[in-house]
Amino acid sequence: MPHDPTTAGTLSDGTAETTAETTTETTITTAAEELPTLPTDRRTGCPFDPPAELTALSDEPLRRLRYVDGHTGRLVTGHAAARAVLSDPRFSARYEHLHLPMPLAGLEGVTEMSPAPVGDFLGLDAPEHTRFRRLLTGKFTVRRMRQLAERVEQFTGECLDAMEQAGPTVDLVEAFARPIPALMICELLGVPYTDRDRFQEHVATLFDQAADVAAKGEAFEAVGRLMAELVAAKRAAPTDDLLSDLTTSDLTEEELIGVGGVLLAAGLDTTANMLGLGTFALLQNPGQLAALRADPGLAEQTVEELLRYLSVADPILRSALEDVEIEGQLIKAGETVTVSVQAANRDPRKFPGPDRLDIHRKATGHLAFGHGAHQCLGQQLARVEMTVAFPALLARFPTLRLAVPPHEVPLRDRANIYGVVSLPVTWDKE
Amino acid sequence: MSDPREPLRLSADRDRCVGAGMCALTAPGVFDQDDDEGLVVVLDAAPAAEHRAAARMAVGLCPAGAVALTSAEGTGA
Repeated sequence: MPHDPTTAGTLSDGTAETTAETTTETTITTAAEELPTLPTDRRTGCPFDPPAELTALSDEPLRRLRYVDGHTGRLVTGHAAARAVLSDPRFSARYEHLHLPMPLAGLEGVTEMSPAPVGDFLGLDAPEHTRFRRLLTGKFTVRRMRQLAERVEQFTGECLDAMEQAGPTVDLVEAFARPIPALMICELLGVPYTDRDRFQEHVATLFDQAADVAAKGEAFEAVGRLMAELVAAKRAAPTDDLLSDLTTSDLTEEELIGVGGVLLAAGLDTTANMLGLGTFALLQNPGQLAALRADPGLAEQTVEELLRYLSVADPILRSALEDVEIEGQLIKAGETVTVSVQAANRDPRKFPGPDRLDIHRKATGHLAFGHGAHQCLGQQLARVEMTVAFPALLARFPTLRLAVPPHEVPLRDRANIYGVVSLPVTWDKE
Repeated sequence: MSDPREPLRLSADRDRCVGAGMCALTAPGVFDQDDDEGLVVVLDAAPAAEHRAAARMAVGLCPAGAVALTSAEGTGA
């Protein structure tokens, strides 16, 4: 039986935490040894670019790929093919159908993954997935999220005040990138202020590339315990928040706890990476940074371009439930398809000059939030947070710059979500 | 086909909708989401010329294929 307890280290709906197969399907893997494996090493190039070897494989939008357990599946690097796979219900997101294209960070020995834990709808297909998603989409609409902009502004201002007090050198991850999305998801869910640090610590372990299986298992259970306490409290005394609302839904106690954990983890570890890595990318592209600083009206399209350019949640895995033809190629039932979001978002047929960060570009149509039924549930919240936070940071610190040479910025190069571990920045004190 | 002067008619399938909000984000005034389930609501099935490009883009961006361009007949623009 699968033995991994940590699949709830999942992200926004649409960014697959990967799993491996438990089916009896056997794939003939002739010459599998000669097939490429998924390139993941970004160390040699620009920290914002996909691994050079992955780019080299992107000459074909859809090709065969060798998986960790020897399975022969596919790699999608083309934008059109990625959209086709992600929007086709004949491709399953169920973890138990998937083979792993690369070892999981911190779980290197794991080749077989369990089905989604209760409440983790990211690893479900319709109609089970639909049931969960429908309960949540009303809480994350464009309108509701925009109504939170003022709160994001206010809290961003507090973070910037604290930075000024502490500066002129701080870790931007600690001071800015992490707290803003953390506060917002906690307020939405109804996690009391006093519980936030406890949750944050365990979620950090879940996503920590250095943490081992045992530590992750403990963290997973700890999040579950905290969430169970919280759900019980909401049931006893409902407040005006998402968890309280869900106590009146048809979700079982276990499902509600699971959903709460998934949403919290997704809120804590996704946008934070975009804010940290995004600031790093802007600092390394001073012309772009200056353009945004000069015209904060560019914030919305800057956010879309940063999402495209950085594609931090990658890859997305699917498994063919039946034979499917994509771009003239037959993908056989049982094959796992690895959709490389970072490669698809650098597809020159969709985005000319894709390796250039260009905030004047119309990056709309990028796949950073995925595509299809699992497209990120929290994307409108992420957009609001980033659209507010980036310009506010630049306006407050006109001389903001790295406090270390760029090659010394530690990267989350083996984490499920890419980003910076820390981002030491400094500025001139007036 | 993509002539912005050409009238168009929009339809939405709330059963297919996954509430991602791309339509409401891209073509506000043409599409919206209801507050309860967050599913697509067509505010203007035959948008005026100045909204058509955004409406077409929204159709292309929908992750679930839940909004569509149908015939151009009967549009008043």
